Amino acid sequence: MALVVPPFESFYEEHRDAVLAELRRVLGRDRAEDAYQETFLRALRGYAKLRHTENLRAWVLTIARRVAVDQLRRREASPPDPQPATDARPAYAELGELADDLPRKERTAVVLRYGYDLSYAAIGAALGSSEDAARQAASSGIRRLRHRLGGAATKVGAALPPQPMTKRRMQ
Amino acid sequence: MTVSPTLDRRFREAAAAAGLLDVAYDLTDSPIGTLLVATTDRGLCRISFDPQPDREAEWLAEAFGVKVLRAAKPVDAARRQLEEYFAGKRTRFELPVDLRRSAPFSREILKRLARVPHGETTTYGALARAAGRPQAARAVGTVMNRNPIPIVLPCHRVVGTNGSLVGYAGGLDRKELLLKLEGALDNTLL
Repeated sequence: MALVVPPFESFYEEHRDAVLAELRRVLGRDRAEDAYQETFLRALRGYAKLRHTENLRAWVLTIARRVAVDQLRRREASPPDPQPATDARPAYAELGELADDLPRKERTAVVLRYGYDLSYAAIGAALGSSEDAARQAASSGIRRLRHRLGGAATKVGAALPPQPMTKRRMQ
Repeated sequence: MTVSPTLDRRFREAAAAAGLLDVAYDLTDSPIGTLLVATTDRGLCRISFDPQPDREAEWLAEAFGVKVLRAAKPVDAARRQLEEYFAGKRTRFELPVDLRRSAPFSREILKRLARVPHGETTTYGALARAAGRPQAARAVGTVMNRNPIPIVLPCHRVVGTNGSLVGYAGGLDRKELLLKLEGALDNTLL
């Protein structure tokens, strides 16, 4: 039996609001707009090759999350803010660097949580996993970082959860 | 949460500009009602009267590929020429057409049809004879009835041997209006 996907127009009309909602949740209102276009352009590139017609919603939301994660990574890689004085999170660039050697999922979770202050729900969405899995990835990433940093004083300390930090300051 | 018109339009334009579409279509107003106009990368492939966009999109997807999207820009040239035509400022369309989904006989007839000049009429029998199939007047009628690109491929200029309008997929009123617009109705009996 031939698998017939609907015309792209119908697919797009049906899922565009959900895609935008998801992107706004992960990226915020402004950055969601670029990601929106990129998501549907990617969907369009893959559309004729689709071998299933079920759960197109899940398919396009997966693309949206990948686009969101790519955007967040690009932002990490971009040069530091030229006006650091107005940067509310000066430690974030350094955090990205420090987290570089972490396993990918942990790194993304750590950077999104402590660098961008995203909720675990949003991080889970960006990673394509659950809120709990995101929480776990972030906390094991932080454990690994602490272990690696030992007692070294670093600006990132400010971004890490408070309890061990106090200990470090007292040393 | 709804997508703003600007964001929506930006995506549609980007998709068309990136050459990712099998078919782009848009709706446009005309003195004979809203028209749906569709184009592929080869040319104009569809004009329909009283369009139901969902059904048209299904048909276009089946005929030319599933990447069918409404987008204004790819259709601009056709829209502009149609506007000029309806304003009486254009007597010939200069638009490539995509007839790849028409059968060879239909394509042959439609190509001959395209050469029937503005302001003139021909007959089903004359078209059949011109195609070397003098017995095929009825088949020519069927081709006219299924013409995918009316107005631009002027099936409204094809009338009965006695001058009667005979029929039109878009309705006889429209055929009459188009012929009047072209000043071609004097020669026909009503």
